[in-house]
Amino acid sequence: MVAVRPPRTALWKGLNLALSREQVQHIARLARLGLTDEDCDRFGDQLSVILDYFERLKQVDTEGLPPTAHTLALHNVMRADSAEPSSAQQEILANAPLREGDYFRVKAILEE
Amino acid sequence: MRSDLHRLTLHEAADLLRKREVSSVELTRAAFERIGALDTRINAFLTLTEEAALEQARSADERLALGDGGPLLGVPGAIKDVLSTKGVRTTCGSRILEPYVPPYDATVIERLKQAGFVMLGKTNMDEFAMGSSGENSAFGPTANPWALDRVPGGSSAGSAAAVAAGMAYYALGTDTGGSIRQPASLSGVVGLKPTYGRVSRYGLVAFASSLDQVGPFARSVRDAALVFQTIAGHDPRDSTSAPLDVPDIAASLGGDLRGLRIGVPQEYFVEGMDDSVRKAVTGAINQMKALGAEVDWEVSLPSTPHAVAVYYIIAPSEASANLARYDGVKYGYAYTDGGSMWEDMEKTRQHGFGDEVKRRIMLGTYALSAGYYDAYYLKAQKVRTLIRREFEGAFEKYDVLACPVSPTPAFKIGEKADDPLQMYLSDVCTIPVNIAGLPGISVPCGFAQADDGARLPIGVQIIAKPFDEATLFRVAHAYEQSTDWHKEMPNL
Repeated sequence: MVAVRPPRTALWKGLNLALSREQVQHIARLARLGLTDEDCDRFGDQLSVILDYFERLKQVDTEGLPPTAHTLALHNVMRADSAEPSSAQQEILANAPLREGDYFRVKAILEE
Repeated sequence: MRSDLHRLTLHEAADLLRKREVSSVELTRAAFERIGALDTRINAFLTLTEEAALEQARSADERLALGDGGPLLGVPGAIKDVLSTKGVRTTCGSRILEPYVPPYDATVIERLKQAGFVMLGKTNMDEFAMGSSGENSAFGPTANPWALDRVPGGSSAGSAAAVAAGMAYYALGTDTGGSIRQPASLSGVVGLKPTYGRVSRYGLVAFASSLDQVGPFARSVRDAALVFQTIAGHDPRDSTSAPLDVPDIAASLGGDLRGLRIGVPQEYFVEGMDDSVRKAVTGAINQMKALGAEVDWEVSLPSTPHAVAVYYIIAPSEASANLARYDGVKYGYAYTDGGSMWEDMEKTRQHGFGDEVKRRIMLGTYALSAGYYDAYYLKAQKVRTLIRREFEGAFEKYDVLACPVSPTPAFKIGEKADDPLQMYLSDVCTIPVNIAGLPGISVPCGFAQADDGARLPIGVQIIAKPFDEATLFRVAHAYEQSTDWHKEMPNL
């Protein structure tokens, strides 16, 4: 059943941009985030308000400006390609929710 | 044994240890007694490590007996629960990491241990450091020691509250958009965000990797400098760690501010700012002038109003990538009752993450998704360049900038919980510093009298050039020593 919207909440009013439930579900799927229908509506409204606020950046003239990914003058930091001790296998596996011998166990990834 | 041990600053406690007037074991026992008496009301700690702490204290006492006397040796401190501690549960304030026990120490923990660390425990925080109030912890909010119905600020809520309440002599926090400076301001303690690259992020559970930094909370500027010096410096295990030496800042503190040029950026005195904040911060800057500094009150950094939008695109984008690792396979909480691996993964993340983390993962995923990348992420990175360049221009004329930390003093728990954008906007004075990778410090500069009678601390923010923490501390220390604000403690 499809709920009757908009407006969904008071936050919704006056926005230029509003995410549909389908868009919210699409984003959640990309992020592998399970959401209830109630979550979709609530987050959809809140994210719409925030995305609407981001619209202000369109007015900023950034012609010819390079992007800043980080603020350090460091590039491609390398170390010698020599073998060094790594973490102990059993210590790493100790945190596994499910394990089988020395492996992490998951359900089938490839479906038949 | 004296009953006022909790009132000592870190360096005062270290002096008593060196003079053998008190032992590390006594200091540690007293700290746990105070935690036991107060923390059911404050909720600053998620994990206490009393047995291990007493063992560390005994070995610190042995080192002290041999004449060893480093500035942190044997003085108990607390650690935000986002820093990996070998063998000690590290939750990041999240259900998804509730059972996680790191197999290694963060570099900052290793360095503290070399300096004679006594770890009291791990402190409460907004989940994955996402929040400005401490209310986003999966394990309940932390109370402000000055007014228990108010927030201590966030995300390093427990670290700020533990130091403010005299439960720890110092604490480590992390600051991605203000998460050390804002809670320091709201809780009435000193809090430093070092220059990006100054302190190793190895073992810091990642939120936004181009913005995250580790830094100290303490009850005096000198204390913060001592902790900073201990944890700072190049680390080959963090490729964004700067290969630069760290000067002995604590040894050079003292003197007035003659010859120092201070700029006051107008854009930081935002509309809606509390009058008490404006007054306290203006008073602090006037005091710096009285100490000999030249003050220019008319500085403009015109891109400042865009910083919140830039941050809330960049930080969630980086977070959405960093938090992809929580899949219920390698560690932490796992949902295993689904019909397929994908269902298990989605349900693990649904039940494991709280609302604010979900919002930010979705914001970041959207901003990075096909068709929106240029409009959001790339645009934000370009405006980031603009904000950086304005700071660079300002630092050609001024040694430091001075401004507020937070537009308001501590607000009531629950007051902003339903309106994420309003909560984001309260970060306006701290965010630009992270965007530009600069060092910033919050120093107590007065109190606000709230309508309900609460007396709430206010901090002034000082910002310096990249890697010039020495000047930052010099200004902060001169100001602090000319006032009594930092000597006040809450009545608990």
